[in-house]
Amino acid sequence: MRHFSREVDVLIVGGGPAGLGAAIAVKENGIDNLLVLERANFLGGILGQCIHNGFGLHRFGEELTGPEYAQRDIDRVKELGIEIQTETMVLSVGEDLVVSAVSSKNGMQLIKAKAIILAMGCRERPRGALGTPGTRCAGIYSAGTAQQFVNLEGYMPGKRVVILGSGDIGLIMARRMTLQGAKVLACVELMPYSSGLNRNIVQCLQDYDIPLYLSHTVIDIKGKDRLTGVTIAKVDDNRQPIPGSEKDLECDTLLLSVGLIPENELSQGAGVDLSPLTSGPVVDDSFQTSIPGIFTCGNVLHVHDLVDYVSEESFKAGRSAAQYIKGLLPPADTVQVLDGEGVRGTVPQRIRLGQEESIALMFRPSGVFRNAVCTVTSGGRQIARKRAQIFTPGEMVTINLKKEEVAALSDSVTVSIERSK
Amino acid sequence: MEITCINCPVGCLLQVEMAGGKVLSVSGQVCKRGEIYAHQECVNPTRMITAVVPVAGSQMPLSVKTEQPIPKQDINKCMAELAAVQVEAPVRMGEVIIRNVCDSGVNIIATKEIARTV
Repeated sequence: MRHFSREVDVLIVGGGPAGLGAAIAVKENGIDNLLVLERANFLGGILGQCIHNGFGLHRFGEELTGPEYAQRDIDRVKELGIEIQTETMVLSVGEDLVVSAVSSKNGMQLIKAKAIILAMGCRERPRGALGTPGTRCAGIYSAGTAQQFVNLEGYMPGKRVVILGSGDIGLIMARRMTLQGAKVLACVELMPYSSGLNRNIVQCLQDYDIPLYLSHTVIDIKGKDRLTGVTIAKVDDNRQPIPGSEKDLECDTLLLSVGLIPENELSQGAGVDLSPLTSGPVVDDSFQTSIPGIFTCGNVLHVHDLVDYVSEESFKAGRSAAQYIKGLLPPADTVQVLDGEGVRGTVPQRIRLGQEESIALMFRPSGVFRNAVCTVTSGGRQIARKRAQIFTPGEMVTINLKKEEVAALSDSVTVSIERSK
Repeated sequence: MEITCINCPVGCLLQVEMAGGKVLSVSGQVCKRGEIYAHQECVNPTRMITAVVPVAGSQMPLSVKTEQPIPKQDINKCMAELAAVQVEAPVRMGEVIIRNVCDSGVNIIATKEIARTV
């Protein structure tokens, strides 16, 4: 028989906003024997380095900075007396719900849980994933790495900066680097639209006269030891560089803000089914994965735009895990949720039958749709509908199914976007 | 002048007609929020400023913010005042770091707690 260091009801992997939110919900739903494991030496995850404001508008009705938002959850977790181990790296999660973890304080631990909540968050897409030619010199960072240098460690990674990708972290870093004295030459975006918020394009680029080159990309990286410059070029409709449109920019730093990928090595090791569309686990509406007792929430499940929605999701996942422990979440038949026209990666992918609760379906549009309608159909009948001036891939769409509609389900559900006539 | 509305992902391009520091007309918006935004942004544009400052007695810098938005034209002055500020650990969240920054009537406050580590 295997010897366990300890046994817990619920084990939560990750102490960022998703892990903290889940922990709060587990405890508030009456489960006391829970443990949070966090790799870093602090709680709150990425929020600690997001010193800009704009967090919490939906959840708290005020605009907080990242550290302030995180502190509210940290204070609540402490108030509830939830046990947390920081500087503890989870090495594996088993389908038998046994977790191995290591830390210098506790050494190797083998922990048996009745339920596990995966809340590991996401990582930035690195240079290697882009296939950009050029030398392997110093001076190329992901935007989040630069953010960590500037905001947590207090030093600047460079003086003349080009930003590839116009995601929100890249835009925020364009402003941060400028305010700290660097010259940001350009923000270069492959797509004909930015995936960043309009607010960030105005307040992070336009305020500081930083040009945004849409339908452009970096086609060469130059420099022996340190980056000395990049070549950018316009791209055609197939995202191929257009000869003759090249332009050289002299810079010592290139920041990449080219997308986030859920961090699912542990989930994969456990044997949880993953979705190729979200790169996160496949879940039902209780946020339970394909392995009974393993739940997930936050950016490890699918990349969110706002931490407010991560928290909301984590409360639901935490509540489900608590119900599971109490035997209130029995196995149920499910129907599939399918992506229709214009829709990518709807979460949850399955809905349990025979329940009466409203369910939020979340997805990203596959392109830009103006003045369009999002519909949900099942068995040839429309069960939900939402109209908007614009649907864009940069903004996650949430569409709610009323509890009467959920109770009446018997067939698979399809989510689509139609242009209105 | 021409500005982009920041209220939602539509990002309407607003044409704003100005005279003597006043807005005469706004066009290009698909909803009412565009007009309200144009008045704010063209007459008295303001911004929240967030930054970090070094702290004596800590290896980690302190993150700070303006308690309220300050006039957009004061951003550089505000950064210059922040560059000169001396802070010593420990610091409590919400503690005032600079009173009345650039005479704006707005304080700069700490947005995290810093313990004394060195």
